Amino acid sequence: MTLNRKSPRGNPLLFIQGNEACVYGAIHAGCNFFAGYPITPSTEITEGMSVNLPGIGGTFMQMEDEIASIAAIIGASAAGAVSMTATSGPGFSLMQENIGYAYMVQLPIVIINVQRGGPSTGLPTMLSQADTMQARWGTHGDYTAIVLTASSVQEAYNVTIRAFQIADRFSTPVIVLLDELIGHMREKVELTMINNKNPVRRKLPEVPPEWYFPYKNTLDMVSHPAPFGEGFRYNITGLIHDKAGFPSSVEHEVINRMEFLRNKIMQHCQEIWDYREFYTEDAKYLIIAYGSAARAARGAIETLRNMRIKGGLIELKTVWPFPYLPISKIAEKAKSKIIFVAENNMGQLVHPVNEIFSNSVKVFNINRFDGHAIDPYEIVDMVKENIYA
Amino acid sequence: MHELSDVYSYLRWKKRFPAVWCPGCGIGSIMGAIIRAIIDLEIPKDDIAFISGIGCTGRMPVYLDFNTMHTTHGRALPFATGIKMHRPEMKVIVVSGDGDSLAIGGNHFIHAARRNIDITMILVNNSIYGMTGGQVAPTTPIGKVTHTMPYGNYEPPFNPVELAVSAGGSFAARGTVFSILQTTGYIKKAIKHPGFALVEIISQCPVQYGRMNNLGSARDMLLMQKKNSVPIKKAKEMSEEDLDGKIITGIFKEEIKTEYSSAYRNFAKEIRDGTGREDSP
Ligand SMILES: Cc1ncc(C[n+]2csc(CCOP(=O)(O)OP(=O)(O)O)c2C)c(N)n1
Ligand code: SF4
Repeated sequence: MTLNRKSPRGNPLLFIQGNEACVYGAIHAGCNFFAGYPITPSTEITEGMSVNLPGIGGTFMQMEDEIASIAAIIGASAAGAVSMTATSGPGFSLMQENIGYAYMVQLPIVIINVQRGGPSTGLPTMLSQADTMQARWGTHGDYTAIVLTASSVQEAYNVTIRAFQIADRFSTPVIVLLDELIGHMREKVELTMINNKNPVRRKLPEVPPEWYFPYKNTLDMVSHPAPFGEGFRYNITGLIHDKAGFPSSVEHEVINRMEFLRNKIMQHCQEIWDYREFYTEDAKYLIIAYGSAARAARGAIETLRNMRIKGGLIELKTVWPFPYLPISKIAEKAKSKIIFVAENNMGQLVHPVNEIFSNSVKVFNINRFDGHAIDPYEIVDMVKENIYA
Repeated sequence: MHELSDVYSYLRWKKRFPAVWCPGCGIGSIMGAIIRAIIDLEIPKDDIAFISGIGCTGRMPVYLDFNTMHTTHGRALPFATGIKMHRPEMKVIVVSGDGDSLAIGGNHFIHAARRNIDITMILVNNSIYGMTGGQVAPTTPIGKVTHTMPYGNYEPPFNPVELAVSAGGSFAARGTVFSILQTTGYIKKAIKHPGFALVEIISQCPVQYGRMNNLGSARDMLLMQKKNSVPIKKAKEMSEEDLDGKIITGIFKEEIKTEYSSAYRNFAKEIRDGTGREDSP
C-alpha cells in the first residue's frame, strides 16, 4: 500500500510487510534472478518477485522444490546473474547441501529464511528464531557463514540490499534470517535505494583468459569466478580444488583452500559486523538479541531505566560471524555484571555469548518457543529476578 | 572422420590425464562422441556450458575445455536450468549417470522434460552406481546382482526414454557405446534440437556391474550390446516377449514445440512493452 507520500529526501514512503520490503530491497539492489518454492511465512517474497522480475528483464522461476531452487540460483550465478531465493525452515533444511556448494565454489547468492517454529513442519504461521544455529552450521563440513538480520520492515529492506552487496563483495552465499513477525508485520518504509546508481553487477576478470585463474589467492583475499560465456573457460567443482578449479587432494592445496575460504570472511569481520546499541555505556545488565526479540528488549530497557535499573541492549544486525569483539568490548567498558540473551528458541544465540564470557560474567538466557513474540515484561521480570537474586 | 588433434584440442589433456575411469569403461567413449558431435556442429567452446552431477559420469566436465561445472548429486539439471535461463544464448549440455538423473535427480528430470527447456541431457546408463562401488540403480534389470541387491534385484527399472517423453520432453533417443558413431549422430541431433533433448546411452561398467554379474570383459560387454540391440523400426514388429532384455535403439521422439527459455523471454518482453495480458502486473 502506498502512503502517497514522499520522504523529505524525495523517496517513496510505503506501508508494507517485511516480506514485501525484501522484494523491493532485492530489486533495488540489482537482483535479476529468483528461483523459489512457496512456503509460509516467506511466500510473499516469492510472489513479489514473480510480479517484479519479468518486467525488468530478470528471470523468475517457481521450481519443483527448494533443492532445485537453490541449484538454479547458483547456476544462474555461475552465468553471471545476481540471484536469490527465499524460504522457511523445511525448505531451508533442503537447501543445506547446496549452500555448502556455493560456499565452496565461491558463487554469490542470497537466501532469505523467514523463520517459523520447528522442528519439522512445526508452527508454519508463527514466530521463531530457532534456525539461528542451522544458519551457521547447517551445511556439512567446516564452513564459515555470513548471516544478517533485521528487526523492522525498514531494516528488512536495508538488509536485503546489504546482503546482495556482501554476497558480491565476498563471492559467497549470504543468508538473511528474518522471523515471522518481521516478515508479516506492516510498517512504514522509505525506499532509499529506488534510484540506485550502483546496482550489484558481477565483475569480469582484469586479465586475459590465458592468464586467468578463477580461484587464485588475491591481495584482498577474495576471488570472483568469472561468469560463464565471457570467454574465460574454467572448471567449477564442489570437490576441493586448486586455483584453476581442478579437483585436488594434495595436502597443502587442501589446507590452502579451506583457510582461504574461512579467512576471506574472518579477516573482513569489521566490514561485515553490524549492530546497534541502546543505553550500553553504563549497562550493568546487558541484553543481547536480534529480530523481534530485540524489539521486545528495547521496550524492556525503557521500563528498566524508568525503574532506575541500568539495562542496555546490543541488537545484532549480523548474527554470523558472531560479533564477539564488539560485544566483549562494550560489556567490558560498561562493566556489565550480568548478560541476558533473549531469543525465540530453546537457547541458541546464548552459546556464542557463553563462549565470550565463559566464567567472567554471568549469562542468562530468556527463551520463548511457543510461537509468540517475547513480551517486554518477560524480560523485565527476568532481569529483576536475577539482579536481586 | 575426425583428426585426433582436433579432438585433443577439446581436452584439458595436459592437465587432467590420465582420467579417473577404469580400463574398459564406456564413459570415455561417450566423452569422445560428445566432442566429435560438437566439432561437427562447429559450436564455439565459449558458448558451451557443460554440467554434470556426481558419479563416474559426473567426472566428465573436468576433462573438457568448455565452461564446465561439476555440481551436486542429482542436481545438474536445475543448475543447468539456472544457466540456461540467465544466458539463453548458451548451449547447455548435461551429462548424468542413471542414479544421478533418475533416482536422486528423478524429480528434476521430469520437470526439466515437462518445461521442455533447451538442455541436452546425455544420460549414461550403465545399470549400476559405479562411483560408490556397485549398488542397485533405478535402471538395474530385474534379477541382476548388485552390492545392495545381493540376492538379485527385485525392483522394476525405469525406461528413461519413455519417462522423458511422457513428461513432455521433445527429443529422445537411445544409443549404445558399441554403436558409437550412430550414437554420435543422436548427440548431434539432440544438441541441435531446441528443447529438452535426451540421449540415453547404454554403457558398460565392467568393473562393478560386469564383474558382479559375470558378464566378462569390457569387450564381451560391448559385444552383448551389439547382440542385444534392436533398431526401433524392427522392434515395432517384434513381440514383447522377444524384446525382453533387448536394447531398442533409435530416435523415439523428435518434435518441435514451445521451448521454455524462449517462451519466458517472449512473455517477459510483452510485460516490458505493456502488450501483455490485461491483468498482468
Ligand atoms: C547427496 C548424496 N548422496 C549420495 C552420494 C554418494 N554418491 C556418489 S555417486 C553416487 C551414485 C552414482 O551412480 P550413477 O549416478 O549411476 O553414476 P555412475 O557412477 O554409475 O556414473 C552416489 C550414491 C552423494 N555424493 N551425494
Ligand atoms: S566403476 Fe564402472 S562406471 Fe565407474 S569408471 Fe569404473 S567401469 Fe566406469
